[in-house]
Amino acid sequence: MDLLNGFVALANFVLIPAIAYGSQLALGALGVTLIYGILRFSNFAHGDTMAVGTMFAVLTTWGLQAMGVSLGPLPTALLAIPIGILGATALVLLTDRYVYKFYRAQKAKPVILVIVSMGVMFIYNGLTRIIIGPDDYRFADGERFVISARTFRDMTGLEEGLALRTTQVITVVTAVIVVAALFWFLNKTRTGKSMRAFSDNEDLALLSGINPERVVLVTWLIVASLATVAGVLYGLDKSFKAFTYFQLLLPIFAAAIVGGLGNPLGAIAGGFVIAFSEVGITYAWKKVLVYLMPPALEPEGLVQILSTEYKFAVSFVILVIVLLFRPTGLFRGKSI
Amino acid sequence: MIEVKNLHRHFGGFHAVDGATLEIETGSITGLVGPNGAGKTTLFNVVAGVLPPTSGQVFMAGEDITGLPPHQLFHKGLLRTFQIAHEFASMTCRENLMMVPGDQTGEMLWNTWFGRKRIADEERALRAKADEVLEFLTIEHLADHKAGQVSGGQKKLLELGRTMMVDARIVFLDEVGAGVNRTLLNTIGDAIIRLNTERGYTFCMIEHDMDFIGRLCDPVIVMAEGKVLSKGTIDEIKADERVIEAYLGTGLKNKDAVL
Repeated sequence: MDLLNGFVALANFVLIPAIAYGSQLALGALGVTLIYGILRFSNFAHGDTMAVGTMFAVLTTWGLQAMGVSLGPLPTALLAIPIGILGATALVLLTDRYVYKFYRAQKAKPVILVIVSMGVMFIYNGLTRIIIGPDDYRFADGERFVISARTFRDMTGLEEGLALRTTQVITVVTAVIVVAALFWFLNKTRTGKSMRAFSDNEDLALLSGINPERVVLVTWLIVASLATVAGVLYGLDKSFKAFTYFQLLLPIFAAAIVGGLGNPLGAIAGGFVIAFSEVGITYAWKKVLVYLMPPALEPEGLVQILSTEYKFAVSFVILVIVLLFRPTGLFRGKSI
Repeated sequence: MIEVKNLHRHFGGFHAVDGATLEIETGSITGLVGPNGAGKTTLFNVVAGVLPPTSGQVFMAGEDITGLPPHQLFHKGLLRTFQIAHEFASMTCRENLMMVPGDQTGEMLWNTWFGRKRIADEERALRAKADEVLEFLTIEHLADHKAGQVSGGQKKLLELGRTMMVDARIVFLDEVGAGVNRTLLNTIGDAIIRLNTERGYTFCMIEHDMDFIGRLCDPVIVMAEGKVLSKGTIDEIKADERVIEAYLGTGLKNKDAVL
């Protein structure tokens, strides 16, 4: 019984939140990795692209809520995702047309594009704050729990409760669908193959008659969609605040680099590595250990390695370790 | 077929191509030789649209193609291969060939979902053609091997195969024979001659192996220090004093040692 209680506590406080968070990071890291693989620069504006897409989705959600449209137990925001994607795509394509394209034509070095993307980041950042404001906004509605802690306790008679939030389930399900669709697209369709070819060997792709502008356009389209989906899922799970999305940039980059930049599979693995480390290291393990350890060895302190304020330090440390010992990442992406 | 007029390409103060003027006749296999650093590869890169010229013009069949991007030149039938073989390493040899004809139906995002029948037909035709090309090059057993894992010589064949996936008009071969064993070199040579006579491809090839050049090329153009030095049959070139000088510097006249 104690063992079961311990496992339920572990699932409730570590496994489920980390899986949901990992899915969100994975979606974000996929966007970063695609840009790196195909356009060949680290896109610092990615976090704020997520914010912009989510902002459009939030505004649409509020509009739909005002009109009385709802999805029943599911959050209304799911209906708003396509609008969010449209908004983010439009903005990103405009940016590409008037900013990145100029530097591409000059064959600018990647490091210059990185700095350019930082400028874009600040502009997106300001844009979000001007349109929606800098505060914390909630836009989740519908059923809050699939299983609440109390129901679970009543159901099983265990001491520990297991809460499964709707948003967590939606996050994981959506992430699985999106990733499956993306991999099908990259491996099976001609457009996806041209993207891979472009990422493999740009010179050869050009000399094979592949139109680079079209590859770039499709890449941005996919990246904007991934960013919006990731952003909305994160916002549903927690809340929407422009600054939080900017902060997400660090774990997202850590995930992409840990997995190997330019490698989509790596981005997903990296997302989960970062999420599990972050949650695992900032969680107070006492609750779980109380059940698992013999009474004599029960811990007195909280057994929390780092307090939650330091969660970003975890990404940093992992990033440094990976860059020191395996700069190409777990899945052998391009070294940076 | 190709006319290059007073072409310059400078890298900072270094004049890699310094006023080259040359013509490649339709239907010929033109050799381009010259000592290292003569500007041959840079000339290729400028003509193939990889590098913009500093000044000068390039014409293809009378049309000004100066500075057009590679994928547009590709659609005009101007193709090139690389000195160091390039390949899409993570794809199979067959897929590598199937990538080639650009602007396929499936490249439009819309068609990925709404033009599936057309894409399937196109893919089938491409696949048949890729297999045919692999057979022509005698590497059909490599069809399903990852292109990143086949040997250097086989990659060179694949490079040549890429040009056969479309109806090329002129193909620029950058040291297609370098680092390839004799047997494979003969296969490549045969393929080039067949493509020239049967399909009417015009070739322009950079090469250092004089036997290989002698077997395939007429005429031969000699470049040195970014300029065209002379042009003629292989025997004329070998007899040209200026060419020997460019290779050896003045003073040394033992031409048989080099050419």
